[in-house]
Amino acid sequence: MGEGLGRIIRVAGPVVVADNMRGIKMYELVRVGDERLLGEVIRVEGDKATIQVYEETVGLTPGETVERTGRPLSVELGPGLIGQIYDGVQRPLTSIQDLIGPFVKRGVWAPPLDRKKKWHFVPKVKKGDVVTGGDVLGEVKETPLVIHRIMVPPNLSGEVSEIVSEGDYTIEETVARLKTSTGEAEITMVQVWPVRQPRPHKGKVPPDTPLLTGQRIIDTFFPIAKGGVAAIPGGFGTGKTVMQHQLAQWADADIIIYVGCGERGNEMAEVLERFPQLKDPRSGQPLMTRTILVANTSNMPIAAREASIYTGITMAEYFRDMGYDVALMADSTSRWAEALREISGRLEEMPGEEGYPAYLASRLAEFYERAGRVEILGSQPGRLGSVSVVGAVSPPGADFSEPVTQNTLRVVKVFWALDTALAQRRHFPSINWLTSYSLYIDTLDPWYLKNIDVEWPSLRVEAMTLLQREAELQEIVRLVGPDALSESQRVILEAARMIREDYLMQSAFHPIDTYCDVRKAFLMLKIIIEFYRRMNQTVERGVPLAKILELPLREDIARMKIQPSETFEEVAKQILQKIDEEFKRLEAEAQELVEAVSPT
Amino acid sequence: MSSRGEFHAARVYATIRGISGPLLFVENVQNVSYGELVTITTPTGEKRRGQVLEASLDKAVIQVFEGTRGLDITSTTVQFTGETIKLPVSQDMLGRIFDGSGQPIDGGPPLIPEDEFDIHGAPINPYSRAYPSEFIQTGLSVIDGMNTLVRGQKLPLFSGSGLPHNQIAAQIIRQAKVPGKEEDFAIVFAAIGITADEARFFRTEFEKHGALDHVIMFINLADDPAIERLLTPRLALTAAEYLAFSLDYHVLVVLTDMTNYAEALREISAAREEVPGRRGYPGYLYTDLATIYERAGRIHGKKGSITQMPILTMPHDDITHPIPDLTGYITEGQLIVDRALHRKGIYPPIDPLPSLSRLMNEGIGAGKTREDHRQIADQLYYAYAEGKSLRDLVAVVGEEALTARDRLYLQFADRYEREFINQGPYEDRDIEKTLDLGWSLVSMLPEAELKRVDPQFIKKYHPKYRGQKPAE
Ligand SMILES: Nc1ncnc2c1ncn2[C@@H]1O[C@H](COP(=O)(O)OP(=O)(O)OP(=O)(O)O)[C@@H](O)[C@H]1O
Ligand SMILES: [Mg+2]
Repeated sequence: MGEGLGRIIRVAGPVVVADNMRGIKMYELVRVGDERLLGEVIRVEGDKATIQVYEETVGLTPGETVERTGRPLSVELGPGLIGQIYDGVQRPLTSIQDLIGPFVKRGVWAPPLDRKKKWHFVPKVKKGDVVTGGDVLGEVKETPLVIHRIMVPPNLSGEVSEIVSEGDYTIEETVARLKTSTGEAEITMVQVWPVRQPRPHKGKVPPDTPLLTGQRIIDTFFPIAKGGVAAIPGGFGTGKTVMQHQLAQWADADIIIYVGCGERGNEMAEVLERFPQLKDPRSGQPLMTRTILVANTSNMPIAAREASIYTGITMAEYFRDMGYDVALMADSTSRWAEALREISGRLEEMPGEEGYPAYLASRLAEFYERAGRVEILGSQPGRLGSVSVVGAVSPPGADFSEPVTQNTLRVVKVFWALDTALAQRRHFPSINWLTSYSLYIDTLDPWYLKNIDVEWPSLRVEAMTLLQREAELQEIVRLVGPDALSESQRVILEAARMIREDYLMQSAFHPIDTYCDVRKAFLMLKIIIEFYRRMNQTVERGVPLAKILELPLREDIARMKIQPSETFEEVAKQILQKIDEEFKRLEAEAQELVEAVSPT
Repeated sequence: MSSRGEFHAARVYATIRGISGPLLFVENVQNVSYGELVTITTPTGEKRRGQVLEASLDKAVIQVFEGTRGLDITSTTVQFTGETIKLPVSQDMLGRIFDGSGQPIDGGPPLIPEDEFDIHGAPINPYSRAYPSEFIQTGLSVIDGMNTLVRGQKLPLFSGSGLPHNQIAAQIIRQAKVPGKEEDFAIVFAAIGITADEARFFRTEFEKHGALDHVIMFINLADDPAIERLLTPRLALTAAEYLAFSLDYHVLVVLTDMTNYAEALREISAAREEVPGRRGYPGYLYTDLATIYERAGRIHGKKGSITQMPILTMPHDDITHPIPDLTGYITEGQLIVDRALHRKGIYPPIDPLPSLSRLMNEGIGAGKTREDHRQIADQLYYAYAEGKSLRDLVAVVGEEALTARDRLYLQFADRYEREFINQGPYEDRDIEKTLDLGWSLVSMLPEAELKRVDPQFIKKYHPKYRGQKPAE
């Protein structure tokens, strides 16, 4: 056995123990066995190291060697990331297919970024400029939507001693040299960064802008801020993945990182098939040109599943460092937690609640902590970037009291609780409006006031109050039947029904309804609330509710969601006018009736 | 691994230190690989198969598929083969019957393998998957109309003991087709711990239907070794992958009963004294089930496909039990066989409300089924849900409290169950018929109630506008 080589002494599933490993570092990357499988050290004891292996371990034999690499599990960051699909340890699944066909086998490796491709580099500094970590040396137009800024790596600073002229370069060619305090540094277009180490920034800045999603219930009642953290828990089939796909499609972020973590292969295929055809509503460019996929499906090795969310968030931080608003979706963090549990079990650690390791809570918190709106590195002060994180949670038996949901709730600020009963009624998105919340509401109100309408907060409150009243009234109906309700209580039920069916329900599969501009959402809500106010007034004047419900106008309201955003202002104006006319007519008729019967 | 396999071909040990449940603990071994196949020779000379669950420098833990009964410490021997567990495959497997560990049991001639594959398969590269989108007509209205199955989907039947899931599966196997296409199809059937009667039922079904030549059966019965059940579905899927991706067949895989599979997994986990997850099932049940269910789908550039229909009986009809729960988290929907509908005499008693086909949208619509499919399905769904929730209300407040509209919905729910869901076990309805039936039922409601369908479809498909009599 060669110098420095370890020796496998035990193999059990994804976990391997090796001896002769003295001096190895925690989280160091190693190559395990004759096939040099990728692994990572997760425990060190004397000269023994425990390793989680990112590839299938069947066939590994005690006695085979373990090679050290001297570096931690890292990702490559540079032009070529956008539009790619990677596994949990950043192996490009496109190249893997080219190499070995449609089944992923172990022992294959391909570089995450194309080494041969030339990128058009435009320098942004001159010789003699003094630069520091985060400063932009030059730009590459990576896709029609993404200008990839080539930055000084975080830990470097000095004087530019050489910068190449505008032209085409591969990611391995030197584009700049820096004179630093410790000598000259060559800079290429690629940075390598350890996934478990957050990329540095100058400090967090409070969020003040919503990450608009085009989903009415979210943008109106439970908004997430740019740089915010949200969780979507829900039983199977309640719509977590559809919602994550919706956010990936329509959220107004600059970059989307979608991590399919221990979920279905077909769902990744769906994204790959659909995103290149869908157009970003703002720029008209295909959505794939701002998206990176990390796919470690449920049947792929679980250690790589554990790593996948770190691979994803490191890429997110890298684009944040360029000053972008990045949104990361992780579907599902429960599968990540299960990977953690399985590996912990194999390590024979003391199990905590439901077998999860005691450090589940801290790992979750550390992960979500990497989100945020921050002042980014660089000599110029005040530049901002953000990473928003939306994690799906899959509680067993849809029981939210389980450890992953509970520990997630402690760290996220937005909670979109998906409801099995709503999903079964095909009310989608099945976000329960009574139990969900967003702690960003107050922070974001100024934005809505300024950019949408001064009426926004009051409309929102009024609508939510109606929904809450509805729940109370429904309880009464359940106990004593509908006859117990007064006419004005029925008005509330009708209004709430309109909010639910004509506003909250939003089909992800309808070509128009799938995305609703906030301005359109505002007008829709305004119309519904206006209709409610008029119903109230009119009923008070003695018009039977049944008469109001016969108004064909209700049809127009029900079809608002399938009207295009672009022409909606006009549509809304007409509907509001119709509301005014129709209710006036009803009131006038009622008045006539009163006059006709009352003796003068 | 194969070269080392030959090198160590004769590694036989008689150094068993302990036996516990289905596990053997062997000492003083050398070069044992994780996951390798082991041949065990019992004191009476019988051969059994096992697999290495844990390998150390000089120790190994082995799970024995045919059980440890009759094994001892002194005279039982263990041979490490240096191979993983493989299934020899050939086209001639069609029409044959194997036991739960892959040995022919139909008295037919030995198979001449064309190839052999590791039964654990390898994950399909997500990038290589083609998104399933071809409509499969099962001839059952409640499936085709409401929760459509597509080629390459994994759609389980969630059932309960005593419910007619086998009849439903058999009818689907008999009737399933992609309209307008004549292609090579095959059925791979895995019996996992079911009774001899049930297995016979399926066999007779295939025979009667003349389908036997298209079927490969793997049979592990209730009184067969429990641990062997860990192999049975994997053998079936290995055969299916060969047929689909090497020979271009469209394969329907039926796995029944996955509950028995999960029980076997629990047994191994308990024997290893692992920390149990919910209700004693191992924490890795999700991942383990996924390595079975994810072996379905379509692949770019390949003609064939694997569609999976696992069947499982929910203990105490409880859908939150870990087996259905985790299955639902992996499969692309579920069909729920409902006891209340069964008691009413409705066949197939599939409740469309909690059932779901997540790939339905891709498989339906103009050019695939019919342009109005999505909308009429939504309308039926809405009306039935409305009727059912009114039933609950009637139970509290009595029918007198209901409005005329509400009574109509109550009637609708009854007729929907009796006329739309209900059909004969040999009745094969094509999709046109199913959708028209749906329209005829919704026509008992006032036209203004049909909010889920576009007016243009009402004009085109509503019986009133097609010169037919609306339902009374
Ligand atoms: N916004 C929506 N519009 C229309 N249909 C929806 C919507 N959200 C969910 N659905 C329906 O619900 C089904 C299940 O949704 P989805 O796959 O997102 O569930 P999930 O919560 O991710 O389940 P799992 O935990 O099993 O992955 C979808 O296939 C679709 O039919
Ligand atoms: Mg999902």
